[in-house]
Amino acid sequence: MTTETLIWLIPLPPVLAFFLIVLFTNKNKTLSHSVAVGAAFLSWLGSMIVFFRALGVEHLGQHPFESSIPWIPTGDTWLRIGVLIDPLSAAVLFFVAWTVLMIFIYSIGYHNYGQPAGDHDHMGLPPHGATVHGHTVPSIEPMYSRFFAFIGLFAFGMFTLVVSDNLLTLFVGWEIMGLCSYLLIGFWYAKESARNAAVKAFMTTRIGDVFMLLGIAFLYSATGTLSFREIFSEEVLHQLAIAPSGVLGLSAAGLIALLLFIGTIGKSAQWPLHVWLPDAMEGPTPVSAMIHAATMVSAGVYAVIRMFPLLSLDPKTMTFVAFIGAFTALFAATIAVAQNDIKRVLAYSTISQLGFMIAALGIGAYIAAVFHLITHAFFKALLFLGSGSVIHGMEHGVYHTGNHKVDPQDMFNMGGLRKKMPITFWTFLIGGFALSGFPIITAGFWSKDEILADAFVNGHTAVFITLAVAAFMTAFYTMRQITLTFLGEPRTKEAEHAQETHWTMTTPLVVLSIFAIGYGWVGIPEHFPVLGGLVPNWFHEFVGGTLAEHPEVLEFRWEPLATSLFVAFGGLFFGWLAYRNVKSPADDKLQIGVLKNKWYFDEIYNFLFIKPAYWFAETFVSKWMDKGFIDGILHVFGKVTTFLGSLIRNYFDVPVVNRFFGDGSADVVYWTGKNLRPIQTGRIQQYLMLALVVFIVIGATLYYLLLA
Amino acid sequence: MTAQQIIFLVVSFVTLGSALMVVTSRNLIHAALWLVSTLFGVAIIYTLLNAGFLAVVQVVVYIGAIAILFIFAVMLTRKDMRDQSPQLNRNWWMGALLAVVTFGGLFSLLQSWSGFSKTAADFPSGFDAIGRLGEALVSPDAFVLPFEVASVLLLAALVGAVYLAFNRK
Amino acid sequence: MIPLSWFLTLSAGLFSIGLFGVLSRRNAVAILLGVELMLNAVNVNLVAFWRYGDLAQMAGQVFAIIVFAVAAAEVAVGLALIISVYRRRNTVIANDLDLLKW
Repeated sequence: MTTETLIWLIPLPPVLAFFLIVLFTNKNKTLSHSVAVGAAFLSWLGSMIVFFRALGVEHLGQHPFESSIPWIPTGDTWLRIGVLIDPLSAAVLFFVAWTVLMIFIYSIGYHNYGQPAGDHDHMGLPPHGATVHGHTVPSIEPMYSRFFAFIGLFAFGMFTLVVSDNLLTLFVGWEIMGLCSYLLIGFWYAKESARNAAVKAFMTTRIGDVFMLLGIAFLYSATGTLSFREIFSEEVLHQLAIAPSGVLGLSAAGLIALLLFIGTIGKSAQWPLHVWLPDAMEGPTPVSAMIHAATMVSAGVYAVIRMFPLLSLDPKTMTFVAFIGAFTALFAATIAVAQNDIKRVLAYSTISQLGFMIAALGIGAYIAAVFHLITHAFFKALLFLGSGSVIHGMEHGVYHTGNHKVDPQDMFNMGGLRKKMPITFWTFLIGGFALSGFPIITAGFWSKDEILADAFVNGHTAVFITLAVAAFMTAFYTMRQITLTFLGEPRTKEAEHAQETHWTMTTPLVVLSIFAIGYGWVGIPEHFPVLGGLVPNWFHEFVGGTLAEHPEVLEFRWEPLATSLFVAFGGLFFGWLAYRNVKSPADDKLQIGVLKNKWYFDEIYNFLFIKPAYWFAETFVSKWMDKGFIDGILHVFGKVTTFLGSLIRNYFDVPVVNRFFGDGSADVVYWTGKNLRPIQTGRIQQYLMLALVVFIVIGATLYYLLLA
Repeated sequence: MTAQQIIFLVVSFVTLGSALMVVTSRNLIHAALWLVSTLFGVAIIYTLLNAGFLAVVQVVVYIGAIAILFIFAVMLTRKDMRDQSPQLNRNWWMGALLAVVTFGGLFSLLQSWSGFSKTAADFPSGFDAIGRLGEALVSPDAFVLPFEVASVLLLAALVGAVYLAFNRK
Repeated sequence: MIPLSWFLTLSAGLFSIGLFGVLSRRNAVAILLGVELMLNAVNVNLVAFWRYGDLAQMAGQVFAIIVFAVAAAEVAVGLALIISVYRRRNTVIANDLDLLKW
């Protein structure tokens, strides 16, 4: 079939899986995960076919695969929606398809498929173990099918976003993922913390979404179209660049880009809308991997990358974007060093790395941003899935000892897991090194180095220094995490009894680690010493074709390379050094209050926004307006109506209608009957007399009328 | 005043007087006997009207049958020999009033009629009144049907009376 | 000789007396006596009109004959009724026979 048709079909299997599971296969766990994984596989297959075909097209940027249909009639014209595969979306489609498939397969093992049902497992709570022959073993997730349905819907949202050729369907995919993140973060809905986290995630991203929608509306009113290729044409861009928007001295392009960027601040958890992402760790780990590594947060960055031609028109907006990105990168890294929960560290790490990408876009490093997006997706998904594997291993230990007070997610309860869970250890190590930017052999090095190089060479010194410091801290906390979790000796009994996890969990780890190592090699810069030029910089050529003007190749400077090597090695070394002998949080010098408590931003927001909102809703609107005023009016109506009713009843209905007419007519009839009745005495002489009298009367009347 | 008129006056006086006694006698047997007297008077009136046959029929049927029947009925429905209760009911004055009004009405009505004071035509000699009556009664052009019906009526009355008064003991 | 009016007056008077009897007598048999008087008055009227009208028309007398028959039938049945009622209710006072009242 044609590539265009195939592109239309890519998002379809997961949403079909969603409906099939919800409507039909819900009770059958095997069938449900088969449908879901099958659908993910079909989408993966379609994506691979499209990607490889895209690779073969000369100048894909000028001749992308596109297909659109008229959708909303607007007067004489139509708003068109459709699909577009240009180099950017082809590259993104590649990693989305792989990570989604890996996460789907991982979920089978994560939710303990094949295990018995739990002793007292409830829907809405994480599974708690089943007793088999006196041993406690992990039990299967009670809401197993529901999970696969939700991630199916989620995958549909992401695929829709990636293949769309216009902002409308992009936004549709965006919102579907927002819904699914709510559903999945709050998957274990019986836990109050999960419920609150789900609401928090949805609300926070919603704030961003409102601004994004404003941006889309403004864009549509200024240009009359939402389709990327039409917006990014010379004339339209020029128009938007010179038109003033009247707000903050920005051009129209600048304001639109700013509004759309605010949507990304929400979706990609940048400061100040970052607060939802750490709480989102309440969801099951595959969710964290999917949402917070591979797909949803990447969608935010993808949206900005997509709008880059518009964004780059206004320097003020670019500066703002760069500031937010760099600030967030450093800010989140400072919090990550003080976290004890294995998933929290990764959450803040994600926020920080997204900051890197956003900062790259802000300084105009288009290729570097896309590169880092893709490599980050692979190694962050790897790290999250690895952490899930670690947690599963720790839970084994908890079931073994029976001590449920031990938190399987706390790194200070781990230690020495490299011996107990080797595959998890090695893949986690690869992912961690990629995150830290370990040179040459990890993909993260190539992408991070490119960002730093771009910042330095183009003179964005502040951004360069901030990102370098953040990179140092990244390596530091990553090594801290690896040291505490895997190296040294087990610190608790539970860690001693940890076990390697099922192949459905370890296989995706291995696959992702291959990408985490190898993907960097497709983007080796031309002028890199020794290695540059050996392989052509395919990534730069391919993705660069998306823009109208091919981005220029950076000249090589040794300063950013040296900085990268220094921060990577330095951070890793110091991280290992500081934590190889730490036994408990008391020994951890970095457990500083303000860092541990995330710079108290949650408390600040609670005070500034949440509490006033609650007051407004509970007191002002509910009590005063609704119950007091509106209900008061209704009560007045009620009283007046009741009063009128009783008036009518007592002064008209009872005396006049009932007594006068009703009873009255009855009485008249009764009285008449009673008084007429005695005429019928049964005595014939009286009858005869009466007849005679009447006869005489009538006779006389007739006589006088007729004859006289 | 011719002889006929005098006879008429006397007879009508007797008739009316007897009639008055019929309706005011306390003793029912007396009333029945006064009725006989009245009927006799009426018979004589018939004779004055040259309806001799009718006069005889009157005597035979009315007096001979009906009056006797009355006397039997009175005998059969008498609780005791004495009759002390009043003979008129409570509203007799109303009845009297009505009778007077009726008479007055009839009289005034008749008076306004032109033929009220007509004198009699002469009775033609050789006028076979009885023969003609007989013919009228059985002639198909005349009144045979009412005649036959009257006989059926009498049969019905006979059967009915027997049945009603039949004593099953 | 005798004006018609005399006969008619006689008839009217006999009728009124009979009417009085019907309306005012207590005994049921006495009421029937009154009825007889009325019938006789009617007969007198009929024959008088025959005599003072067209003599060839026998309708007057025929009517009178029929009246005789009817009167006889009526008396027979009426008295039979009274006797039957007397046997049942032991009374011939008309006012006491009031079962067909309200």
